[in-house]
Amino acid sequence: MQRFSAFSIIRRGLTGNESWRPQWRRASPKASYDAIIVGGGGHGLGAAYYLAKEHGLTNIAVIEKGWIGGGNTGRNTTIIRSNYLFDESAALYDHSVKLWEDLSQVLNYNVMFSPRGVMMLAHNVHDIQVLKRHVHANRCNGVDNEWLSAEQAKEFCPPLNISPDIRYPVLGAALQRRGGTARHDAVAWGYARAADALGVDIIENCEVTGFQKDAHGAIEAVQTTRGLIRTKKVGVSAAGNTSVVLGLAGVSLPLESFPLQALVSEPIKPAFPCVVMSNTIHAYISQSDKGELVIGAGTDAYTSYTQRGGLHINTHTLDAICELFPMFRRMQMLRNWGGIVDVTPDRSPIIAKTPVPGLYVNCGWGTGGFKATPGSANVFAWTIARDEPHPINAPFTIERFRDGFLIDEAAAAAVAH
Amino acid sequence: MLLIQCPYCGPRPELEFAYGGQAHIARPLKPADLNDDEWAAFLYMRVNTKGVHAERWRHARGCNRFFNALRDTTTDHFLAVYKTGEARPALNTAGGHS
Amino acid sequence: MTQFRAAKGGRIDRSSAIEFEFDGQTYKAHPGDTLASALLANGVHLVGRSFKYHRPRGLLAAGAEEPNALVGVWRDSARYTPNLRATTVEIYPGLKAESQNRSPSLKFDRAGINGLFSRFIGAGFYYKTFMWPKTAWKSLYEPTIREAAGLGRAPTQADPDRYSNRHAHCDVLVVGAGAAGLSAARAAAAAGARVILCDEQAEMGGSLLSDVHTRINGLTASAWVASVLQELKANPRVTLLARTTAFGYFPHNHLGLNEKLTEHVAAPKPDQPRERLWQVRAAEVVLAMGAIERPLVFPGNDLPGILLADAARTYLQRYGVKVGSVVAVVTAHDSAYQTALDLHAAGVKIAVIADTRAEVSGDLAAQAWAAGIRIQHNSTVIGTRGKLRVTGIDLGQVSGSNVQPLESIACDTIIMSGGWTPSVHLHSQSRGKLVWDESLSAYIPGQTAERTRSVGSCRGIFGIAASLADGTKTGAEAAGTTSSITYEVEETRLANTGFIGALPQPGGKPGDKAFVDWQNDVTTKDLALAMREGFESVEHVKRYTTNGMATDQGKTSNMNALAFLAAGLDKPIPAVGLTTFRMPYTPVTFGSFAGYSRGELFDPVRRTAIHDWAQAQGAVFEDVGAWKRARYFPRGNEDMHAAVDRECVAVRQNCGIFDASTLGKIEVVGPDAATFLERLYVNSWANLKVGQSRYGILCREDGFVYDDGIIARLAEDRFHVTTTTGGAARVYAFMEDYLQTEWSDLSVWLTSISEQYSVIALQGPAARRVLEPLVTGVDVSAQALPHMGVVSGFICGIPMRLFRVSFTGELGFEINVPSDYGRAVWEAIYASGQPHGIVPYGTESMHVLRAEKGYIIVGQETDGTMTPDDVGLSWAIGKTKPDFVGKRSLARSSMHAKDRKQLVGLRTQDPKLVLEEGAQIVDSPGQKAPMRLIGHVTSSYHSAVLGHSIALAVVRGGRARVGQTLYVPMPTGDIPVIVTSTVFYDSEGAKLHG
Repeated sequence: MQRFSAFSIIRRGLTGNESWRPQWRRASPKASYDAIIVGGGGHGLGAAYYLAKEHGLTNIAVIEKGWIGGGNTGRNTTIIRSNYLFDESAALYDHSVKLWEDLSQVLNYNVMFSPRGVMMLAHNVHDIQVLKRHVHANRCNGVDNEWLSAEQAKEFCPPLNISPDIRYPVLGAALQRRGGTARHDAVAWGYARAADALGVDIIENCEVTGFQKDAHGAIEAVQTTRGLIRTKKVGVSAAGNTSVVLGLAGVSLPLESFPLQALVSEPIKPAFPCVVMSNTIHAYISQSDKGELVIGAGTDAYTSYTQRGGLHINTHTLDAICELFPMFRRMQMLRNWGGIVDVTPDRSPIIAKTPVPGLYVNCGWGTGGFKATPGSANVFAWTIARDEPHPINAPFTIERFRDGFLIDEAAAAAVAH
Repeated sequence: MLLIQCPYCGPRPELEFAYGGQAHIARPLKPADLNDDEWAAFLYMRVNTKGVHAERWRHARGCNRFFNALRDTTTDHFLAVYKTGEARPALNTAGGHS
Repeated sequence: MTQFRAAKGGRIDRSSAIEFEFDGQTYKAHPGDTLASALLANGVHLVGRSFKYHRPRGLLAAGAEEPNALVGVWRDSARYTPNLRATTVEIYPGLKAESQNRSPSLKFDRAGINGLFSRFIGAGFYYKTFMWPKTAWKSLYEPTIREAAGLGRAPTQADPDRYSNRHAHCDVLVVGAGAAGLSAARAAAAAGARVILCDEQAEMGGSLLSDVHTRINGLTASAWVASVLQELKANPRVTLLARTTAFGYFPHNHLGLNEKLTEHVAAPKPDQPRERLWQVRAAEVVLAMGAIERPLVFPGNDLPGILLADAARTYLQRYGVKVGSVVAVVTAHDSAYQTALDLHAAGVKIAVIADTRAEVSGDLAAQAWAAGIRIQHNSTVIGTRGKLRVTGIDLGQVSGSNVQPLESIACDTIIMSGGWTPSVHLHSQSRGKLVWDESLSAYIPGQTAERTRSVGSCRGIFGIAASLADGTKTGAEAAGTTSSITYEVEETRLANTGFIGALPQPGGKPGDKAFVDWQNDVTTKDLALAMREGFESVEHVKRYTTNGMATDQGKTSNMNALAFLAAGLDKPIPAVGLTTFRMPYTPVTFGSFAGYSRGELFDPVRRTAIHDWAQAQGAVFEDVGAWKRARYFPRGNEDMHAAVDRECVAVRQNCGIFDASTLGKIEVVGPDAATFLERLYVNSWANLKVGQSRYGILCREDGFVYDDGIIARLAEDRFHVTTTTGGAARVYAFMEDYLQTEWSDLSVWLTSISEQYSVIALQGPAARRVLEPLVTGVDVSAQALPHMGVVSGFICGIPMRLFRVSFTGELGFEINVPSDYGRAVWEAIYASGQPHGIVPYGTESMHVLRAEKGYIIVGQETDGTMTPDDVGLSWAIGKTKPDFVGKRSLARSSMHAKDRKQLVGLRTQDPKLVLEEGAQIVDSPGQKAPMRLIGHVTSSYHSAVLGHSIALAVVRGGRARVGQTLYVPMPTGDIPVIVTSTVFYDSEGAKLHG
């Protein structure tokens, strides 16, 4: 792997930048691997990296039906935080935040993790109760999260409109200072480059078309558009397409795939210092290093694999943004796009073994998977390597839906009465 | 915003409707007879089809009636709408959209 | 006016001169100018600085595809808009604009030094550095990068302008009013269709407006446009929308159009909307979006004074502006010859026409020869000269794969044409397929996914006659008919040629500073580097180099990048793939999406019939869903706590009146009504007698508490169901779901009556005495109307449903009267209560009073993870029922685990100390994070009646811990608490039954 540094940039720059080499090899499938990861997003590439780095499995491949990082990894609003309510969630997401903090150095790839603070707004008494519950639970779990008055919130985020005269005034906020954003594409590329350096094959334009099982029903090969590949372990990280891939192995999951849209404004000079989220009026916003305001909201109402949604979602998202930040009303939307998010009934992910021996799944991240990329990839790799979950992902099974041990982050933010 | 054919009211914009999820999941007549796996399958397992999906809609801001639709989730085109209780219609291969 | 204003021609109003400001300097213009044409008329080419290298930039184009000339425009301090394209900003008297991304000035920009380091800061350099030391990213590197990035500055004040929104339907929506669009609209309208024709420009006509040569039906092109517009305007079934961009194509032929209403007006009326969002549902769509001229990629192609040939013609023929004095033409397409000839005719010297093609034939070349213009075949450009404005061009001669320098020619302007790229944006947005047309070297629309058709040059049909014929045929088709309209056209035929990619350079290497994406500063070297580093997928190259991601979304850059990539990868262009076209076609104002939705209209406010009374009494309100609910009624200088203390004591000692109108109310009627409720709610209903009510709990199918409320049996076949305020709509939908889709055999009708009734809660020992004098036809004595009794009667002559129920633990009534009479009845009760010390109380006191009794609030004590038993309500479950919604889930073993969180009461040692709601609970003191959390405080108040604080909490195995000491770990230390029963007040219920 060519080491990246200011020095290497200058050295190679002085010689016309001719000596840069591909950041990862363009691999073709071998006949067999010790493990295969299906899905070349951040979660899948990360899992391959950790399998090679921490578990010594280097004869492995990531197969991706399109181009790596082209799914939700490259289509999200890049928010990173770990201020989740339940102990299980906080442990998982905070594991991730801790990995984010060193990821650029570990991968020798600047993923631009920017802990600029994530602020979640309260607009009514019920919001205050819910967010304070988060603040207390997080603090006791060792996750930073603090309560701010409306005035303190404005001090932290000057564009915020805290006028009591708006329809749903800001009454306060919960702030996680360690939260922030990162450069999404760089996460996929950084993991790909680092995994490749450890010998992992990254195979693009290779779609799974079926699974081959042995007499005991265990995985023995994957059928792909680029031929049959033998392997005894398959980890699926296919986000919105997980149901489709697992369906090929006869496994059904409690998942539904919805369109999630996001948008950016035209780039402007720094005007927005942090990430602000409002669950009550449905919008979130930050500013990218390039200067674009990055804005998202909820999903469209119906399941879909089209990677697009309706105009009314955008109008609703932007009316919320304009209400909270009325100076942005004259800003212009530059680009809108859609992803496919796989949603579980309790809005928490599944990182687990499946009923098929040798088949593992990491899915159900809904609208919030990017933030979990390193942590989820890390424990998923553990699960695949050892055929048993890491203590952090042990609660995130498929069986929890049968047994009723839900980790219901959505219900925990129940609507007001 | 989708344009949805309510079988009772005709074509109306999506804003008038509430999505009702996968269709044809009948509540077991005697839930007590189901084991935990079977009950969990009823509660949570969804086909999440990439392709023609049978799903429920309610004309919430109209006649308030539930009905079923076949929609291709790779194009969002509706292929058929039919009333609750009716069998899922067979599609001709041509499909077509509303 | 200036030497650059042509002596004649153009569509500007030369009779009137107006002044405008750019970067603080005042210039003159004419009505009809754009900011771009006006600046050019004043000889100003330098209008911006590029994103990364801060290179001086001039106007490249004349339309919406302009990548360089982004300006900030303001009317006053609150009306500042960044990043507007000078080419689409219409001039008005007093317009103020400024250049962007430069400091201190356009001519001298300190960050211009970045260009010197371009070899170190090429594509993706930032992924490779700024990693050491780690802490410097946040403190130094990122702030520096952010300050350097971004183009314009954000507005800083709330935008006072209004935005409007309109939904529309039509038979045929035609996008684009050039030759193809106008003829399509005309043909569709002639067939009787309802037509909407929109065009992004101030004037409809497209390229016809700058075409002074073509004759249609004997008219000049612009005269023909005028005649057609007149005809369409006269047709009441046609809507013409100028200044209206169709920016997005959404599923099911739903299109978003942005209409600019006041941007061109010097002094808009204050209440006039600035923009309007049209949401159009079209039966058929005709896309006539035209084509965009492609720039040529050669070293130094970004200097001010280098622009597209067709833009130069537009500036001349539409705005009467000459783009320079000495012009060099570089072209791969015939159309640039027309521009050269037009400029020549206007007195501009054409230094050379450097044609990339080996052979040029046709009328225009002949005319150029005849005009004495030098034409150089097999040309390429190997460099340009100049700093803030081009001063010369270095031509090269191509023979085979060999490039030799030819000569350097002085000029102050270079115009270029690489041919035309069809605008397939909306077709692609609609999910139509694109197919590569080798003969046109362009992607054109293929299989459609919606009811849409492309016409004219956006589908590769070039030429006026062909476009008119195509538009006519297709417009009629869209209207479901055929047309007999024909046009007689005299025009010059042009060959459809072009060049894609980078012009050949000596040694076959990409030259220096050959820009592909002007705005994002992407050069051929950046693209080459990306390929060298293994980024081969077109999406990867786009993301790594940022090519095509600027505010023009690659309108001028994508095809050249694609061809360069294809050449580098040695693949045919269609094998490289294509990036996705995303909405919006051009940037659209946030405010236009938001529309009317601001302030009160952001979300309609729901107010009860008693709201105004409460407001007059000085109530403080809280938002509960969309409702405004009175939270407390302060007197004098009382704060909330003082008011709540007073209100609670008054209710316990005398009586209080509370507006409970926001509760959801559903009437369940029919012979099977009891069966229906039996199946839904956990309770038994069959045995509920007429005239009685019962507290009901509704679970989801997963067994968790979903809603609660009082359900009264008004008749054998009629129930009055109440829900929580927030649950009203969803419980009703939930009921309809089961009724319509699971139990359609049941004969039951559901009616939401939430808004039909005002609900007045009258609570306290004196409640009966207050009520009695007002009612007729009912006996409200304890014997006749016991706790949970329900009766119909009259109050103040108004029909009422009277519930004897209590959410306070006191003797209580809930009076349901038609909402129209709610206020009157409320006031009558309030008057009747005066001798008894009645007080109005709000939601906060309601919360305290119910918490003193241990009554739960769904959504506060429950959070979607609590079963009825968890919150101490297993007594309510109908034990003998074979089934109810959620019963099977409750049978799972996890629902009976000993360590489930259970509702308990908490007392603090310090009676004054009120725990914080949401605070966590542990079972041993002094824990460090991560602690073993066993529960949390759900409700916590000071109880004035009890003289100490009270709290409800959910705690693992809580009911077995009553009497134990637990701890609430706060940042200031652990607070010991004692686990108690949930009932703090009147645990025998004596007051309730009084």
